[in-house]
Amino acid sequence: MASIEMKHIVKQYGDGYPAVNDVSLDIADGEFMILVGPSGCGKSTLLRMIVGLEDITSGDMIIGGKRVNDLAPRERNLSMVFQNYALYPHMTVFENIAFPLRLSKTPDDEVRRRVNEASDVLELKEHLERKPANLSGGQRQRVAMGRAIVRQAEAFLFDEPLSNLDAKLRGQMRTEISRLQRRLGITTVYVTHDQTEAMTLGDRVCVLRKGKIQQVASPRELYEQPVNLFVAGFIGSPPMNFLPATLEGNRLQTPFGPIALDERQVAAVQGRDLLLVGIRPEYFEDASLVDEAKRPYGSVFRARVDVTEWLGDSQYAYIPYEAPEAITAQLRDLSRELDSEELRTQAIVSIDSTSRIREGREADFWLDSRKVHVFDPQTGENLTRDAEAGARLTQMASEDRVEQVQHAQATGQTVGGQSSGGSGASGAHRAGAA
Amino acid sequence: MSTKEKTWWWVGGVLIILYCLFPIAWIVSLSFKTTADLANKSFLPSAWTWENYSTILTGTASDLFLPALRNSFGICLIATAISCLLSMFAAYAIARLDFPGKKLILGTALGVAIFPVISIVTPLFNLWRQIGLYDTWPGLIIPYLSLTLPISIWTMSAFFREIPWEMEQAAQVDGATTWQAFRKVIVPLAAPGVFTTAIIAFFIAWNDFAYGISLTSTSAARPVPAALGLFSGASQFQDPTGAIAAAAVIVTIPVVVLVLLFQRRIVAGLTNGAVKG
Repeated sequence: MASIEMKHIVKQYGDGYPAVNDVSLDIADGEFMILVGPSGCGKSTLLRMIVGLEDITSGDMIIGGKRVNDLAPRERNLSMVFQNYALYPHMTVFENIAFPLRLSKTPDDEVRRRVNEASDVLELKEHLERKPANLSGGQRQRVAMGRAIVRQAEAFLFDEPLSNLDAKLRGQMRTEISRLQRRLGITTVYVTHDQTEAMTLGDRVCVLRKGKIQQVASPRELYEQPVNLFVAGFIGSPPMNFLPATLEGNRLQTPFGPIALDERQVAAVQGRDLLLVGIRPEYFEDASLVDEAKRPYGSVFRARVDVTEWLGDSQYAYIPYEAPEAITAQLRDLSRELDSEELRTQAIVSIDSTSRIREGREADFWLDSRKVHVFDPQTGENLTRDAEAGARLTQMASEDRVEQVQHAQATGQTVGGQSSGGSGASGAHRAGAA
Repeated sequence: MSTKEKTWWWVGGVLIILYCLFPIAWIVSLSFKTTADLANKSFLPSAWTWENYSTILTGTASDLFLPALRNSFGICLIATAISCLLSMFAAYAIARLDFPGKKLILGTALGVAIFPVISIVTPLFNLWRQIGLYDTWPGLIIPYLSLTLPISIWTMSAFFREIPWEMEQAAQVDGATTWQAFRKVIVPLAAPGVFTTAIIAFFIAWNDFAYGISLTSTSAARPVPAALGLFSGASQFQDPTGAIAAAAVIVTIPVVVLVLLFQRRIVAGLTNGAVKG
């Protein structure tokens, strides 16, 4: 168990392209850190530099207080789960899990005990004698995790471990990883491009773009106080809507009518001709269904609905709007960078699933103006970000976290969720060893 | 596949098998014919006899054949083993490492493979006589390596390229040194490739005639193909075809046995389940 510190890490490939550019990041002991970003943002490269599979061009990588830049992977004592699992096909599940122990010349009965412990935790007991080729995707994934947890590594590294599983299994494995990490309380770095994984698993999330850190914060802070247009657009599904706006007095004029700002916000956005206002889909509502108590906090506008999507528990409506050419081009660039292809300027709004708003008709919408963010279209900077509120959110998250870890380790939860005697004891053992 | 299609596949397959096996069947049949029976204008011998086999195993030709058999086995096995070992390291380096001259090595290997053997036999004959390698086992093992190494390097590097990089990286993260990762993960995974290469190399060495006949003079190192060429009948008017056929059948047996023994290892898709397909 150790903290991981990165100081001005740079990775430059032969052609001079910096895949990772001046990244400084502190990962505390026992923390679950997510590296997230669109493809090609350098997140996997960064992970591979931590584990030692990729050379570091410049900067310092410090694990547990020791500079490891020049150490081989085996000298760093980290364990890693690969995207395609990388199981050894010629060995049984038992030998696969035991492999790191065999390499460290652990005595036989110790190996047997620890592999059995790990397989209890991961419910692999009945598959120990099988070969990886005969296992399902989820089982192979668990074997890969078994190989990672079987020895007392300084940290776990995950490289998109769930991307090869189907949606249902992915959900299950996600919660298993979360439980396991809480129970073992071990420093974890997890690379993903899936924002559900990023939001649910991480204590803190590091958003990367073109090799540079955009923001490191708790999922809640990222969601509610994004630092710029990129983070705001990347976190959240469906994504945040960006509308062109101009400031008139203390109101923003947008295609969806005026939005009132408070004094602090007005002061922050003053002096710019054109602004982008970011509104999350759930800040909208069908005007006829809004609580009377809430209504004064927002404004009502009328718009034509293009398409509605009814999903049972929720409903989305798509409202096209007109935007100046410059804004349209910029939004298109942004969506391309976020691995999506937005063809038209439209707002996605979330409305109550009981709403009777229909496609092709005009309807009244209510929009909660308290939670809007205003961005500078040129720099993408979030002008109305409340850094204090954000820091508070992250602080709360880390307090919750401490509590969860204590609870998980005290009850010795198994990965499957049920508490059984054997694995409870092994959990206590691990916590003790840690 | 429809029943009709299936039938055609069967018919086609049987035809190809017959076409391939016919010469072998003929040799087997010849080996059971008596000298007088050789030109009996029929496929089967009119009277089956073990005479040819006893000639080469215990009779007059046994002095020629048995030492040659021993030489062939020894020389070919040693040449195969050395060539497999060397080509394993070379192929691993070629598949995994980026170093200057990689293309040159592969190109040279290919060049050596297509170089006509007969053009270097004479210079080699002179050289071997001067340095004392003429008519010895090493004197054949060394030229056999030049035959088997190029093809071994090429096949083996193709197999190494198939093994996912992650296997090795996973092993390194698990605490293996480069050598341990190679020995415990890469080599077992490359086993089908090693066996395939070994069999190909063995066949090439086993079938060689040009070096065998030119670089040996006595039974100290003469391999079977060369010995077969020196067979003679009981008298100079007698045709040794029967004895040669019997010897040919005997030298075919190890080849068949080898393939049968290792075919499962060759075919085995060992990398199944290593990574998500």
